[in-house]
Amino acid sequence: MVTVSPQSTRRTVLLAFTLSAFGLVACGKKTESSSEPAAAVSAATPEAAKKGGDLTVGFIYVGPKDDYGYNQAHAEGAKFVASMPGVKIREEEKVPESMEVQKTMESMINLDNAKLLFPTSFGYFDPHILKLADKYKDTTFLHCGGLYTEGKHPANVGSYFGYIDEAQYVAGVVAGLTTKTGKLGFIAAKPIPQVLRNVNAFTLGARSVNPKATTKVIFTGDWALPVKEAEAANSLADQGVDVLTSHVDSPKVVVETAERRGIFSSGYHASQAALAPKGYLTGAEWNWAKVYEDYVNKVKAGEKWDHLVRGGFKEGYIKMSPYGTPVSDEAKKKADEAKAGLTAGTLIIFKGPLKDNKGKEIIPAGKELGQRDIELEKMDYLVEGVEGSTS
Amino acid sequence: MESVSTSTLATEPVPIRERAWLSPLLGVLDSLLIPAASLVASLAVFALFILITGNPPFEVLSEMYRGAFGTWFSFQNTLLRAAPLMLTGLCTALPARLGLIIIGGEGAMVVGGVAAAATGVALTDSPPYVVLGAMMLAAMLVGGLWIGLAGALKVFRGVNETISSLLLAYLGIALLNHLVEGPLKDPESLNKPSTRHIGEANMLGNLPGLDVHYGLLFGLMACVGAWLLMDHSVFGFSGRIVGGNSRAARLSGLGVPKLVILTCGLAGAAAGLAGMVEVAAVHGKANASLMTGYGYTGILVAFLARQHPLGVIAVAVLLGGIGASGGLLQRQFELPDATVSVLQGIIFVVLLVGESFRGKWKLSRLLGSPA
Amino acid sequence: METEAANAIGLWGVPLAVIGGMLRVSAPFLFVSLGECITEKSGRVNLGLEGTLVMGAMSGYGFSYLTGSAWLGVLAAGVVGFGFGALHGWLCGRPRVNDIAVGIAMMLLGVGLAFFLGKPLIQPTAPRLPSFSLGFWSDTPQVVSALSVNLLFLIGVALAPLLAWAFNNTRYGLVVRTVGESTDAARAMGYDVKSVRLWATATGGILAGVGGSFLSLFYPGSWNEGLSSGQGLMAVALVIFARWDPIKCLYASLLFGGASALGPALQSVGISSGYYLFNAAPYALTLAIMVWANSAQRTVEGMPAELASAR
Repeated sequence: MVTVSPQSTRRTVLLAFTLSAFGLVACGKKTESSSEPAAAVSAATPEAAKKGGDLTVGFIYVGPKDDYGYNQAHAEGAKFVASMPGVKIREEEKVPESMEVQKTMESMINLDNAKLLFPTSFGYFDPHILKLADKYKDTTFLHCGGLYTEGKHPANVGSYFGYIDEAQYVAGVVAGLTTKTGKLGFIAAKPIPQVLRNVNAFTLGARSVNPKATTKVIFTGDWALPVKEAEAANSLADQGVDVLTSHVDSPKVVVETAERRGIFSSGYHASQAALAPKGYLTGAEWNWAKVYEDYVNKVKAGEKWDHLVRGGFKEGYIKMSPYGTPVSDEAKKKADEAKAGLTAGTLIIFKGPLKDNKGKEIIPAGKELGQRDIELEKMDYLVEGVEGSTS
Repeated sequence: MESVSTSTLATEPVPIRERAWLSPLLGVLDSLLIPAASLVASLAVFALFILITGNPPFEVLSEMYRGAFGTWFSFQNTLLRAAPLMLTGLCTALPARLGLIIIGGEGAMVVGGVAAAATGVALTDSPPYVVLGAMMLAAMLVGGLWIGLAGALKVFRGVNETISSLLLAYLGIALLNHLVEGPLKDPESLNKPSTRHIGEANMLGNLPGLDVHYGLLFGLMACVGAWLLMDHSVFGFSGRIVGGNSRAARLSGLGVPKLVILTCGLAGAAAGLAGMVEVAAVHGKANASLMTGYGYTGILVAFLARQHPLGVIAVAVLLGGIGASGGLLQRQFELPDATVSVLQGIIFVVLLVGESFRGKWKLSRLLGSPA
Repeated sequence: METEAANAIGLWGVPLAVIGGMLRVSAPFLFVSLGECITEKSGRVNLGLEGTLVMGAMSGYGFSYLTGSAWLGVLAAGVVGFGFGALHGWLCGRPRVNDIAVGIAMMLLGVGLAFFLGKPLIQPTAPRLPSFSLGFWSDTPQVVSALSVNLLFLIGVALAPLLAWAFNNTRYGLVVRTVGESTDAARAMGYDVKSVRLWATATGGILAGVGGSFLSLFYPGSWNEGLSSGQGLMAVALVIFARWDPIKCLYASLLFGGASALGPALQSVGISSGYYLFNAAPYALTLAIMVWANSAQRTVEGMPAELASAR
């Protein structure tokens, strides 16, 4: 009589597990041994790969690729690069600004044979890119942030940035002419120069057509805090603000909340028009595809590329979202004029006399700060007309 | 059965089940059997999950292996990620021996990191060893205070330590942000507010011959030290009694409050040290990048290692490997970053299920011995 | 005319925002803490509600998008929450398994799975839950919108006294409480402790899932990966703070919601220094209250006896 005892059941199950374990390990070992020499070969002969095959370009994002914001703007540029002939891309998202990005870059260089890397988050530069650039002199690192200093940083590193404050200025013009209460709202992450520049440009644009317009700014403290952003949007709406814009990683929440409160919104990074069919005015967007196209072509052809690439409307590095339905013809006209002026270089955003919101004079009368002026990189003030403080 | 006293030098071989050395060996293998089997089972579940999402399971798993252990580069990447996890894992594992569940390692890590950065900046002109030593002390002290506070609140006010350590973690992060963007901010660091750099000369370097910094050594030493402390000292023994039955411990005059606070302090010191390593070996300053999430992953490490300090080493390497391979998964298969979290969750759940079989499945019983 | 009214708000904006915050932000806390209340009354802790919350948010949003009805999304979130709660309950029912460990495992699994499956949901906009305003009597638009609530929130508010009544007056409530107070007594009365706890945990999961759907379908009303900032875990703290009394859970949730709104509200009237510290107000508040309310000596009043030994 054969009875199935608990003991024998246990033994059978144990045996099954052990066998499957061996099976998995065996499979793993087989493919591992075939990929090891491949990795070794690819690291040793990068020339061979470049000559014959595609150029592999690596993109690294600090957040999700589809955040309707900062990272998505870069990902859209990457998608364009992927469509270029003879180019292959590798992307990795949600890579924090720590040791992890160094390892990600090294992995892309060693295991994917990437020769050109675009690490897109500001905090990737120091120390991460700098450390790796010294180690991998054959690879080109192009960073978004404009931090490159000639002579201080290695030759295989470059940086680029767009003067998106020009676009925010134009958005401000539209906002200034559309607002009924005269109160504009700006939801920002942190009071760093790039953000302050946007806040100020937006306000200056609005006040250039509506001298009584004011901007209330709220700092949420970090780049992606949806609940805080929603709260800020609601508080601002409570205070009578009727045009909202933002500088956070994903403006999605701000735009949606504005739409729900029945007020206007102006986008940032990428177009959020789909989220606010009734209230979306326009938006300040990046046009990274242009920047990436230029770089990739130069690297592929082996030509020299510029280490510090910055541009606004004139170079095509930024763009405006198409005007929404609530935008009046007058607003469109004025906005287009401003855009033309900025493109031609005749319109200067930061010029004297300019006071900050505490009454102190920042730029004396007669003085103008062009977009490339280094002074603007250190901005730590809010201009007159902005309600809020940087600390 | 007949007694064997008449023939102690019997020529018959002793049946394998009764050999003297077998029991302890079986004991060790027993304790490894469940985790090993769980690991295999969880890989199987994960493979099924991958299959459902429409990706080839074996390829995915083998790419993970390649990304974690397959090349020398991968292995170093794994070790690099494992280093902080060993320290933050201790932050949960140590108090767990006393029956406390602490999940605030992230907070202790960031405040320790800020303290280390501030100390480093203040002493930046002193010789490097002095600077590093001071940074370590500062980080361990502040981190230790953070978790020690949770322990003290538990002992003196009965506040649930899990919740209080978590709340303290949130407060620690708020403090980090406030200090880094305010009082301690380096005026040059405009677009990414940070403390001042501690000086290149004062940075923690790499271990000789490896591309991994000294943090790995700190982690290994801390775990071994913790093991010696908890398993081979009076302090550790007392701690285990507290963990077993707090009332009995109190009655026998073990000084429970002191034990609890001290253990929590040590736990926080380990996490604080992890923060110091992030500052001294990676960034050179403290800023928002210090919020790496290592503290939270450390909780997972501790639980998977069943709160054993040496197990923490092994699990840290495992999780480091999984994390290291995550990037490859994203790039080769376009699987989202969350895949790694799913795997971690699966491993944890399967391990817990496996644990419940403990006692029912023993190697010794399988071999038929009476043990 | 509108401008004058708008300007007249001024500093009143702060308390108004706090009240608005109470009504907006507290709902997830409310649902999760009520659910956790049921679970803890039966003698078990469920730390995995954070994962259940996020899964609920994701599945609610997804279903609402797929079916075009936000309420179906809420239903789906409840079902998913039930599933996760049941999994947690089953795992804890096995021998030698630690509640807290299971909770952390479920948190990881829930959050990871939600982000994984929710990837395609970040782009589209799903239909949202409708709202109406309790401030319909006011001319000031700010008041109208601050007092705008949604049916789900009201359901939650009604649920609190209902639960309190149920614990004291229904058979199910009594069973749950007995199991939580003394497993021996429960067994003597013929109740299957494991099964009661399983159902209690699963029910708690339903509420947590629904709470999550509130986040994605009402406020902030969209799905992305930063949606929850530890609300599930905070809710567990709230239950302890509320002494396992559903009515007190309601008050605690409102308090918490109001505290969360304080930071941005202060900034909008111009008080902006130290905003990180203001934003940390809810956590500091919870900690302070827990310290004040507890004492090592006297037994924590209202705590189900089995909860302590379950640790």
